Amino acid sequence: MEKFTKITAIAMPLDRVNVDTDAIIPKQFLKSIHKSGFGPNLFDEWRYLDQGEPGMDNTNRPLNQNFILNKSRYQGSQILLARDNFGCGSSREHAPWALEDYGFRVIIAPSFADIFYNNCFKNGLLPIILAEEIVDQLFNLTVANEGFQLSVDLAEQKITSAMESITFSTDFELDQFRRHCLLEGLDEIGLTLEHADDIRAYESIQKEITPWLF
Amino acid sequence: MGAKTLYDKLWESHIVRENDDGTSLLYIDRQLIHEVTSPQAFEGLRMANRKPWKLSANLATPDHNVPTSHREQGIVDPIAKLQVDTLDQNCDLFNITEFKMDDIRQGIVHVISPEQGATLPGMTLVCGDSHTSTHGAFGTLAFGIGTSEVEHVLATQCLIQKKSKNMLVQVDGQLNPGITAKDVILAIIGKIGTAGGTGYAIEFAGEAIRSFSMEGRMTLSNMAIEAGARAGMIAVDDTTIKYVKNRPYAPQAEVWDKAVIYWQGFHSDTDAHFDKVVSLDATEIKHQVTWGTSPEMTMAIDETIPDPAKEADLVKSSGMQAALDYMGLTAGTPINEVAVDVVFIGSCTNSRIEDMRAAANIAKGNKVASNIKQALVVPGSGLIKQQAEQEGLDQIFIDAGFEWRDPGCSMCLAMNADRLESGERCASTSNRNFEGRQGQGGRTHLVSPAMAAAAAIKGHFVNSNELGSQ
Repeated sequence: MEKFTKITAIAMPLDRVNVDTDAIIPKQFLKSIHKSGFGPNLFDEWRYLDQGEPGMDNTNRPLNQNFILNKSRYQGSQILLARDNFGCGSSREHAPWALEDYGFRVIIAPSFADIFYNNCFKNGLLPIILAEEIVDQLFNLTVANEGFQLSVDLAEQKITSAMESITFSTDFELDQFRRHCLLEGLDEIGLTLEHADDIRAYESIQKEITPWLF
Repeated sequence: MGAKTLYDKLWESHIVRENDDGTSLLYIDRQLIHEVTSPQAFEGLRMANRKPWKLSANLATPDHNVPTSHREQGIVDPIAKLQVDTLDQNCDLFNITEFKMDDIRQGIVHVISPEQGATLPGMTLVCGDSHTSTHGAFGTLAFGIGTSEVEHVLATQCLIQKKSKNMLVQVDGQLNPGITAKDVILAIIGKIGTAGGTGYAIEFAGEAIRSFSMEGRMTLSNMAIEAGARAGMIAVDDTTIKYVKNRPYAPQAEVWDKAVIYWQGFHSDTDAHFDKVVSLDATEIKHQVTWGTSPEMTMAIDETIPDPAKEADLVKSSGMQAALDYMGLTAGTPINEVAVDVVFIGSCTNSRIEDMRAAANIAKGNKVASNIKQALVVPGSGLIKQQAEQEGLDQIFIDAGFEWRDPGCSMCLAMNADRLESGERCASTSNRNFEGRQGQGGRTHLVSPAMAAAAAIKGHFVNSNELGSQ
């Protein structure tokens, strides 16, 4: 997994509540047996005017110019501003794969759905929960100032305005284990296998208590 | 420690070790595997040269992509075929038990595992699918995970987890005739919202919940995730134990007796503390129909479509208007005047034998209305299909004009050929009414099996009590 330290990038505001993982990456693209290549189909149904199918050449498809992702001012954005309950619905990890493949590294929202939130960390994507008023403030700043950039520093747990003319700064909270894994780009399976003896010890006790499970 | 909740007990009995940062390494007793969320996990194992930690903990079947008709022709879509073939190859290579497409035990993962007795009380169970909460009906800690975690469980039999908070959803009183578990869970989601359970594990309790069969309890737990809770669960009682007994994967003989004693402890203690308690009066719950693009947008059959102008919260109001626009509905319209194009009876929420019987009870002696383009009945497993056919339910459906299909996820998420065309309106027994869920531009209304069958017969939404025998 790619290490996450600090990024400075344009923020893109997606002003909808309850954005579900079916919207992030529609089901027809879940037939892939690979982890990469989902970026061109991120938000497919909102982003294009035609119906997307796997294997299509996405470069020639008609774009929905009203959808935020297609606005020229947000090209190159790596920070997604979102609303409540982002990533609800299906557990598909294809959703963070698609966001990451497109180029997003940070998602800021007042709340996330649990499974999606968890999946982000496995893929070098940083979901940040901020109070609703602060998210509102970021939406306003982003909409009012074309080219508005934010700096997100994971080590310092700080988000700041990267535009000299605009003052903005806030700290964010994060589980320390997740922060550590992201900063170091760690393989969680490797970490767990360091405790293989503990797992075996648990199993030998459980074999007595619940023999039908062994 | 004192009194514990069901969730506390399940959690504590599976802790391998506790880390300093408040996370725990949690042991996983059972993992279910399907074709969509597993190929990248197996690929990861291969690349790291790792082997499954405990083979017998895993059970696999293809369900999302499988065709529900003309199985003998195989899978026509080459991309879907590659995914199912990949599952077959991975299971063969790693020696994991799989019910392949031609096996009568094949079906939707969340249907076949309980059916086989592979879901047992007191265990932890995961699957790369959010509706894994279904298995909580057995007093099991069951939750959906992503593909990285599927790989983690394959390699270590554990997950690094942080404990959720405890929520109790209490439904007291007796349900009115014709009201099903589907109506109850939609009413619950309507009350607490789709994010109401985020960060919580929900326990469903109360007289109305106790009265449900295991099929009904599975419908209820299945949709805990639509309330935002990764896990929903129900205490073990005689109904649970009776259901599990003599199933192929259930313990037998003296081990069975030992297991029953162990399982009987899986209920919340009388004075257990819940961080949040929600109560519903069962007598007030009516037949539910969702009207919008989120499961919380639900209403009773005798109500009219809500008006966004009457919602004070601006974000909510604009969300309601967007939903009405997508659904092609006007505020103030009685829902029982809304005509339907397609009917889908199936999915991990409602494809079990009881669901088939409830729908057949409405269909019997009736005909599907002329405005219905398609009415599908998709049983949850090959064994349910067989049982329904033994009971003559298939003939009732076929005589009424329904299509009787082979088991799979089908039109719940439309990964296979079963899907809505843009603008089509569907009465569906599935679990998600999101935009495009059943096909791009498709309009989904979630209902119970009896309500779906009634909509097929009348051509529009109607109180199912007006049809069939009570």
